Amino acid sequence: MGEKILMKGNEAIGEAAIRVGCHFYFGYPITPQSELAAYMSKKLPKIKNAAFIQAESEIIAINMVYGAASTGARTMTSSSSTGISLKQEGISFIACAELPCVIVNMQRGGPGLGSIQPGQADYFQATKGGGHGDYHLIVLAPSSVQELVDLTMDAFDLADKYTNPAMILGDGLIGQMMESVEFKERKKIDLPDKKGWILTGCKGRKKYCIVPFNMDPYEMEKVNFKIQEKYNKLKEREVRYEAVNLDNADLIIVAYGTVARIAKTVIQNAKSEGINIGLIRPITLFPFPESIIAEASKKVNKFLVVEMSLGQMVEDVKLAVNGKAEINFYGRVGGVVPTQSEILNEIKKYLK
Amino acid sequence: MKKVFGRPKSLTKDPFTYCPGCHHGIAHRLVAEVLDEFGIREKTIGISPVGCAVFTYAFFDCDMICAAHGRAPSVATGMKRSKPDSIVFTYQGDGDLAAIGMGEIVHTANRGESITVIFINNAIYGMTGGQMAPTTLVGQVTQTSPYGRDPKTMGYPIKVAEMLSTLKGVAYISRVALSKPAYVLKAKKAIRKAFQSQIEGKGFSLVEILSTCPTNWGLSPIEASKWLEENMIPYYPLGEFKTPEEVS
Repeated sequence: MGEKILMKGNEAIGEAAIRVGCHFYFGYPITPQSELAAYMSKKLPKIKNAAFIQAESEIIAINMVYGAASTGARTMTSSSSTGISLKQEGISFIACAELPCVIVNMQRGGPGLGSIQPGQADYFQATKGGGHGDYHLIVLAPSSVQELVDLTMDAFDLADKYTNPAMILGDGLIGQMMESVEFKERKKIDLPDKKGWILTGCKGRKKYCIVPFNMDPYEMEKVNFKIQEKYNKLKEREVRYEAVNLDNADLIIVAYGTVARIAKTVIQNAKSEGINIGLIRPITLFPFPESIIAEASKKVNKFLVVEMSLGQMVEDVKLAVNGKAEINFYGRVGGVVPTQSEILNEIKKYLK
Repeated sequence: MKKVFGRPKSLTKDPFTYCPGCHHGIAHRLVAEVLDEFGIREKTIGISPVGCAVFTYAFFDCDMICAAHGRAPSVATGMKRSKPDSIVFTYQGDGDLAAIGMGEIVHTANRGESITVIFINNAIYGMTGGQMAPTTLVGQVTQTSPYGRDPKTMGYPIKVAEMLSTLKGVAYISRVALSKPAYVLKAKKAIRKAFQSQIEGKGFSLVEILSTCPTNWGLSPIEASKWLEENMIPYYPLGEFKTPEEVS
């Protein structure tokens, strides 16, 4: 057991990444995640053969990740909303080339330059691909600093296991927040050997090529099918969620990240007013926890999806519920965080 | 019988996909010969660009990766930093390096990344069918400068070698041509020095190679070489722009 230390969310991600062997970080300053780059710039130069580069743009940072990942190194970049948009071309290449890496998005208010306060309006971008072509990221949504640590470490393992980029989808609030965290001893897990594809020079073997294109459409279709197969496996094996108080709930809130924290306070306060609220908190946004939502919709006929967007995850909830229950939505955007009393009022109106 | 000429080990048996009279094939061969001569093929990683040379990955018999358009120097940076004992080179055209990838090449050179860049300047976009490049000459007719490049609205051709040689992180920069045997020999020397700079950890190296594009210039291979000598060399002078003393 490690000791508990007080850490800022963004810095905790950096420490977690370094502890699981991520020694190559490439980034570009943007609020509200710059502390992560700053942390890496302090720590990585002290580690032998590690590298921190402040890239000249977000586009460059993700392409440096592409290069480092192709040699088998654990590597990451981080940004916030508008910067993540710039990385999309590179992310699509990495997904097509089937390289593991971790991308952190501490979302801020959008669209455009938006604001620097927390947001969740990059859900579509994160979970549906984001760049061009058919691909997905493994998307993990932490709701505490401890979970930032744990999920960052898991993200590297999942990326290696599925040779696919993984994203930590947080927001400015979790990134800026300080909480006590513990860097727990990790269980050893078997990860696939990278030796069969990493570019290290062709000594003693045939040359390897990483080629994220094929001019023959039938061959390119096969590349798509192969990648798709991984997403099916992810859906079968890697779904994570937290379910709170689902039995006998009058209504179930579906929320992730920061909003799920607020929802937990709503549950307590509603209880004192005699209202029984449940919560389903997706921890993996891709793969999305459809089954638990579908299951819950057989027993509870009212759902409220709360997001810091104008309705993005709600579409996945609707697909999971498939008409079996009523779904309402409440969202604040542009950097505005919904309060617990707003959400409770919404619930009361809805349950009337 | 003694073998006096053969395919360099660093080239695969795949036939080149380039048009007749295009200089890519000569440039490939020279790079491959240099990799062979230094005995570095097995520790080299090459990065192919987007453009005609996208198929480079198939022609060099060493580990290869394809980068997005213009991003090869950044991919090279990530590789070289994570695998510093490898030899990393990019192979880029003028659209890739001097248009969409201008930011990448400037900052990579400025950081003094220990990589080698082979820069093919043929004053036009080849793969997409002959559009204006940043290096297209004033007055040159292309698909997107049908009345000739007018500097008033399209700017002047960019001299990449001269511009990058002002940066302190750069170890070696030269401009060469391939239009006649004497030039080819000089080009080979320049490519050797560029890789030598990297092997010795001197910093960033780049060789700008003036090349023909007979197809998109609308000329025969012989006319194209002549056009290059009469039009490109006067604007893009050949020679070394930066050398560390040890490799000069």
